[in-house]
Amino acid sequence: MWRRTFRATLRAGLGPGATGAVAGAPGARVGSCRFAGSDSEKAAGPSPGGRVSAELIEHLERLALVDFRNREGVARLQAAIEFAGQLRAVDTDGVEPMESVLEDRCLYLRADEVVEGSCAEDLLQNSQQTVEEYFVAPLGRCYTEVTSLCQNKVNNIQS
Amino acid sequence: MLGLSLREVSAALKQGQVSPMELCQKCLSLIKETKFLNAYITVAEEKALKQAEESEKRYEKGQALGVLDGIPVAVKDNFSTAGIETTCASSMLKGYIPPYNATVVQKLLDQGAVLLGKTNLDEFAMGSGSTDGIFGPVRNPWSYSKQYREKRKQSHHRADEDSNWLITGGSSGGSAAAVSAFTCFAALGSDTGGSTRNPAALCGLVGLKPTYGLVSRYGLIPLVNSMDVPGILTRCVDDAAIVLGVLAGHDPKDSTTTQDPVGPFILPILRDVSKLCIGIPKEYNVPELSSEMQAFWSKAADLFASKGAKVVEVSLPHTSYSIVCYHVLCTAEVASNMARFDGLEYGHRCNVNVSTEAMYAATRREGFNDVVRGRILSGNFFLLRENYDDYFVKAQKVRRLIANDFVKVFNSGVDVLLTPTTLSDAVPYLEFIKEDNRTRSAQDDIFTQSVNMAGLPAVNVPMALSSQGLPVGLQLIGRAFSDQQLLTVAKWFEEQVQFPVIQLQELVDNCPTFSQHEKLGLVSLKR
Repeated sequence: MWRRTFRATLRAGLGPGATGAVAGAPGARVGSCRFAGSDSEKAAGPSPGGRVSAELIEHLERLALVDFRNREGVARLQAAIEFAGQLRAVDTDGVEPMESVLEDRCLYLRADEVVEGSCAEDLLQNSQQTVEEYFVAPLGRCYTEVTSLCQNKVNNIQS
Repeated sequence: MLGLSLREVSAALKQGQVSPMELCQKCLSLIKETKFLNAYITVAEEKALKQAEESEKRYEKGQALGVLDGIPVAVKDNFSTAGIETTCASSMLKGYIPPYNATVVQKLLDQGAVLLGKTNLDEFAMGSGSTDGIFGPVRNPWSYSKQYREKRKQSHHRADEDSNWLITGGSSGGSAAAVSAFTCFAALGSDTGGSTRNPAALCGLVGLKPTYGLVSRYGLIPLVNSMDVPGILTRCVDDAAIVLGVLAGHDPKDSTTTQDPVGPFILPILRDVSKLCIGIPKEYNVPELSSEMQAFWSKAADLFASKGAKVVEVSLPHTSYSIVCYHVLCTAEVASNMARFDGLEYGHRCNVNVSTEAMYAATRREGFNDVVRGRILSGNFFLLRENYDDYFVKAQKVRRLIANDFVKVFNSGVDVLLTPTTLSDAVPYLEFIKEDNRTRSAQDDIFTQSVNMAGLPAVNVPMALSSQGLPVGLQLIGRAFSDQQLLTVAKWFEEQVQFPVIQLQELVDNCPTFSQHEKLGLVSLKR
């Protein structure tokens, strides 16, 4: 009976997003992958998140504190968003979100007893800037004020 | 000697046929000879020799700690190891020396295992090729095997085409290469979306992903807290069971480990499979699956049936959405987990001192590669307030549907699922890098990641050699916490298929530390 699995016509789609593994990467050169199925995969329709605007990029960079402001980065993000948009096709009415596979078990707490520690010196050793038992950070200042200043510095460091 | 199983070499140590120091030295030599594989990031030679020396003293007194005493092992470089640099193959942690051991590492050391070093991986375990770390890609030892080279000669390729070496798969490729090339007897990997099973399949090894909650994650630098599991790579199923027996169990430092008693993982020899029900998920027969892989899968199903097992087709209806669901959940959790790397307490720190935020941003820009940064940005997008329900919560709901698919199948009487592990055998590096990391991961993780989402145990068992002379493996998936039963079935399957030993004749011939007798032992067919 399992033989049906193997006799199934492979080129016919197996359901929505069945070829999602390769369909979700618009612009990816599927043809160059030797295991690729048909070349007619296309990404799911545009997500309501829509185009990745400049404000969104800046907002994400601020939140993530990760700089990815070039065309390739934006394209990747766009692709990732469109890929994720395929989830909309799934009917999840009445389904509770699953946070952990161990949800039917209790997470337990340890007794509040100190059994190890007192290793401040070991921990401080891994930091590049310390003063006595303090980790040293630059003074907090508004990110946008100094963004361009830092950009230049970073560019100089990287070049 | 290096080609023996864990149990065999342990017996040899006990009987004095070889000493822990000799064994350690042989392994260290072989690591040097196989440096071109780039399997190891750090070789802890002095520490290893010291551990071997202590083991030798114990054996002399007849006080061996257990089966693992004196056995050389390797650990993926995203497990914290006290006093040994732990980099996750990233600039962010280059030079970072943890002050503690991961629980699984400690457990191995407590049993007397000799830690040879830390193995290479994709940066922060993100990838399916072990090609994207700062220390460069890992080469698959099978690229240099007699089996592969003979086939290439037949197809008129130059046998010494060194530039066309094959990938190991990932992200635990270094661990896989280390075990496959006989430099150690077992290695730890991690498995978040298939990162242990994928390289196991491409390198002809047993790659076990235990049930989520069975093995402690304390000290494993986290990628996706709800899916990460330490993985075990060995050359045979029995060895994996031995290591699992040492690692499994409750850890007070990881509250996601089960408090139920576990093990021992001693595998009975299965003689009668007539009571076994094997499920073949029909949705796994995707167009991208190579026809050769499909044939092996079919052959394996036939094998079970011919020996009396019940083999049925089953359905996991939400399979086609699992890679998308995984993508959202993975990037979201990654975005959160990577937030700890700010250059302040450990790791790389840039020279920018204008403001805290600027320092963080520049540090992270310098420390992370494109893959990591891309995932962080995507993850943060899905976690934005306006997107949270539509993407993150939605994905969590789909995760439940996927997990329920498995539960339904197992409740219908199926004991074990049989699926491919990878789409095909190992591909050349030059071909692999034609697509970007995310595309490759989406393609290569297809059979493996839904298992992580459901938290189930799964194991890759090498089956046969492909028409190219390269390993092909199949995946067995069991119900949660049925790791022992799963491995029992895997052991039966392994015994049936008799996967051949890799023949690294050329490699070994060039290695001066091996005697002629040993060289023969290394390359002859076992079992």
